[in-house]
Amino acid sequence: MEPEAQASAPALELRGIDKRFGPVHANRTVSLSVAAGSIHGLIGENGAGKSTLMNIVYGFHRADAGEIWVRGRRVEIGSPQDAIAAGIGMVHQHFMLVENFTVLENVVLGAEGGRRLAGSLAAARTGLAQLARDYGLDVPLDAIVSELPVGLQQRVEILKALHRGAEILILDEPTAVLTPQEADQLFRMLGRLRAQGKTVILVTHKLREIMAATDRVTVMRQGAIVGEFETRATSPRELAEKMVGRAVLLRVEKAPARPGATLLTVRDLEVRDRLGVARVKGLSFAVRAGEIVGIAGVAGNGQSELLEALAGIRPPSRGEIVLSGRELVREGLDARARHRLGLAHVPEDRLRMGVVAGFSAQDNAILGYHDLPAYRRGPLLDRAAILAGCGKKMAAYDVRPPEPGRRITEFSGGNQQKLVLAREIDSDPRVLLVGQPTRGVDIGAIEFIHRQLVALRDAGKAVLLVSVELDEILGLADRILVMNAGEIVGEVAGADATEEKLGLMMAGVKGEGHA
Amino acid sequence: MSAPAKLPRWAELGLLPAVNLVAALLLSGVIIRLIGESPWAALKLLADGAFGSQEAVGYTLYYATNFIFTGLAVAVAYHAGLFNIGAEGQAYIGGLGTGLVCLWLGAWPFWVVLPLAILAGAVGGAAWAFIPGWLQARRGSHIVITTIMFNFIASAVMTWLLVNILIKPGQQSPESREFAANAFMPGLHTLLGKVGLAFTATPLNLAFLLALAASFLVWLLVWRTRWGYALRVAGQNPAAAVYAGILPPRVTIAAMLLSGALAGSLGLNELMGAQHRILLDFPGGAGFVGIAVALMGRNHPVGIFLAAVLFGALMQGGSQLSFDMPRVNRDMVVVIQGLVILFCGALENVARVPLAALLARLRGEKEAE
Repeated sequence: MEPEAQASAPALELRGIDKRFGPVHANRTVSLSVAAGSIHGLIGENGAGKSTLMNIVYGFHRADAGEIWVRGRRVEIGSPQDAIAAGIGMVHQHFMLVENFTVLENVVLGAEGGRRLAGSLAAARTGLAQLARDYGLDVPLDAIVSELPVGLQQRVEILKALHRGAEILILDEPTAVLTPQEADQLFRMLGRLRAQGKTVILVTHKLREIMAATDRVTVMRQGAIVGEFETRATSPRELAEKMVGRAVLLRVEKAPARPGATLLTVRDLEVRDRLGVARVKGLSFAVRAGEIVGIAGVAGNGQSELLEALAGIRPPSRGEIVLSGRELVREGLDARARHRLGLAHVPEDRLRMGVVAGFSAQDNAILGYHDLPAYRRGPLLDRAAILAGCGKKMAAYDVRPPEPGRRITEFSGGNQQKLVLAREIDSDPRVLLVGQPTRGVDIGAIEFIHRQLVALRDAGKAVLLVSVELDEILGLADRILVMNAGEIVGEVAGADATEEKLGLMMAGVKGEGHA
Repeated sequence: MSAPAKLPRWAELGLLPAVNLVAALLLSGVIIRLIGESPWAALKLLADGAFGSQEAVGYTLYYATNFIFTGLAVAVAYHAGLFNIGAEGQAYIGGLGTGLVCLWLGAWPFWVVLPLAILAGAVGGAAWAFIPGWLQARRGSHIVITTIMFNFIASAVMTWLLVNILIKPGQQSPESREFAANAFMPGLHTLLGKVGLAFTATPLNLAFLLALAASFLVWLLVWRTRWGYALRVAGQNPAAAVYAGILPPRVTIAAMLLSGALAGSLGLNELMGAQHRILLDFPGGAGFVGIAVALMGRNHPVGIFLAAVLFGALMQGGSQLSFDMPRVNRDMVVVIQGLVILFCGALENVARVPLAALLARLRGEKEAE
């Protein structure tokens, strides 16, 4: 290594990168310079083009125009192999690990170097031990990946990149699956990498992380770079405004809750997955009219199963759910029957469950409600009523463009979500279950969606909010239940909650009193 | 990540199939050239054989009728997310039902026999499709495997029935006796004659109109009813179906019943309309052509009609071609049909990317002006 020479040339320089996907102009002559030995943030809303840009750097896509320079040398990157050869490594949001391989096998995968595996495994073992010493990246090399916690799986991804000689490490939304504490650990690790001369590019849409971890930050909007700042010299508000292109409210304004009668009661609910493993372990809680109850927790701690059991999608193995006096489980009421009793559900994973990708907006606007008499004309569906209903929802929820006939996938994530929310809230529910209401939603729409949820609460409805975004829980919930490993490990009043308090509970530290 | 190239609707429905068809015909032309015949003359013979006369048109549409039924069958299952390879067997068993009604009740008036024959065909086909459908819905047995198996079972059962039970006594070939004349589907030329229009006598018969009616009903059912809505939701996104309170297993079974019933209607055309007896292997591969027809017709009744006519034309024009151009024998015609299926079905996405790029560029230039 020649630290002096490195310092003079940027680790990575992009010059005039341009990329179109059909009519979509994903990157508009983007130029970006990342200093060697720095942590550089790349922030922007979904669809701003940051993933496209990084995928070009890593060789998944080829730019239509532009040049990539690495440490002062122009490189042609046509495939991930080229990127790796140029010293670029990438850790994806969804890990690219073979779950039933060991850590060591995963690290070697794709870089076996030779016909026989044993030799390369042994070589990798010594190499990894060295890396682990240098960067404090301890991972049990012979553990099966699927048995490791998510934070360690991510560490395996980082090791994999370093093992292949990455000098520039790109992390795409690395904290989506981590607790705040795990995220802090990750940032400390990135700091050590920087200290060793590595360059890190952190792609995220979370302002907090940019502020906490980066040296410089580049903001993208609509495929172009709209600002670049020294992190020290900027503020979350300034970054948010750059991302959205206008002033935004980062906090929802709301009056104190005035809870009324209990509308939803859950007693000793247990839900098992297909393998018979209990994912929700004997939960009991209640949600009252006029309050938002937030369920905080790291993804994968039983929140999804809880929501699905409440909505009637997944049968619980034990326990009772009471909705306005009816015992849903004992009476065997399915999703449709629960709808009729006033239970609406905004599912966590919009594209997997909330919409049908091949359908138009108007057909999606009746999903789950296609049985309503309002949409019926004799034995047929009333197309005119469906069209009019969708048009009304689009107008009320500011769905853009307001074209009911357009395919749902041609709308942005935020507009899709607004339509789903409109569909569920328009059914005039007494209880609304909401999972990750702003996942994949741009900041402008987040503000709108949050206001709708508060308005629903103020109208005397009960809202159960499940979110892995702590900011969202903190901003919206009147009462917060923290889930860990299928259990509620604590309850905090919304006003008393802090990120740190919740974070510790999310990590499994029980009880209230320890802060 | 890059999405598959998207085309505007008109290009998706019109231009892409046309481009694929032309590509298939071009390659066929090359092959015909290689065996020393003129591709142009062959194409003319083919078109003339398929559409050149009333007789030609009659035969083309008669073949197309079978393909409409089986194409619709494949399409209905497709919309429920199921790949029904078993239309051949369902047509075979459905046809048995139609045939038995005609054999046993053939002396009854036609307008009594007809609804019973339709019903028996539908029930036979539906019953044969029910078992794979049920196995898929309740036991997770893959429908592609089971429907293929059921084609073989249907074939074996029918051979046994025709050789041992239904065979007309004192005869060598495994065929039933002829239906009574009351059970003949009226030819279209007869029907047209009644309203004063002259048309050459061909096997084209009333079943063609029934197939068109079935197309309309399928369109209505799939795109305009709650049942069809649930079918399409379950087919495109089973998780969303469960979320919406739709039960995918139930949809699977219902869709297979309808699919089988449509395939089972083939006997109305082939047996009641043309052969007037039950005979060995009467579906003649129409169940498999139906897969290509549905694929090429984008699983929409209008597209299925057009694709069915195309394959009817290849069938009819092809026999004319092999008759008039001895070096282009029956097998060559099968090669041409195979190429059309290959280009329009299996390779349809090959032309999609360059076509999308071309259209995008043309549009870009228009916008720039």
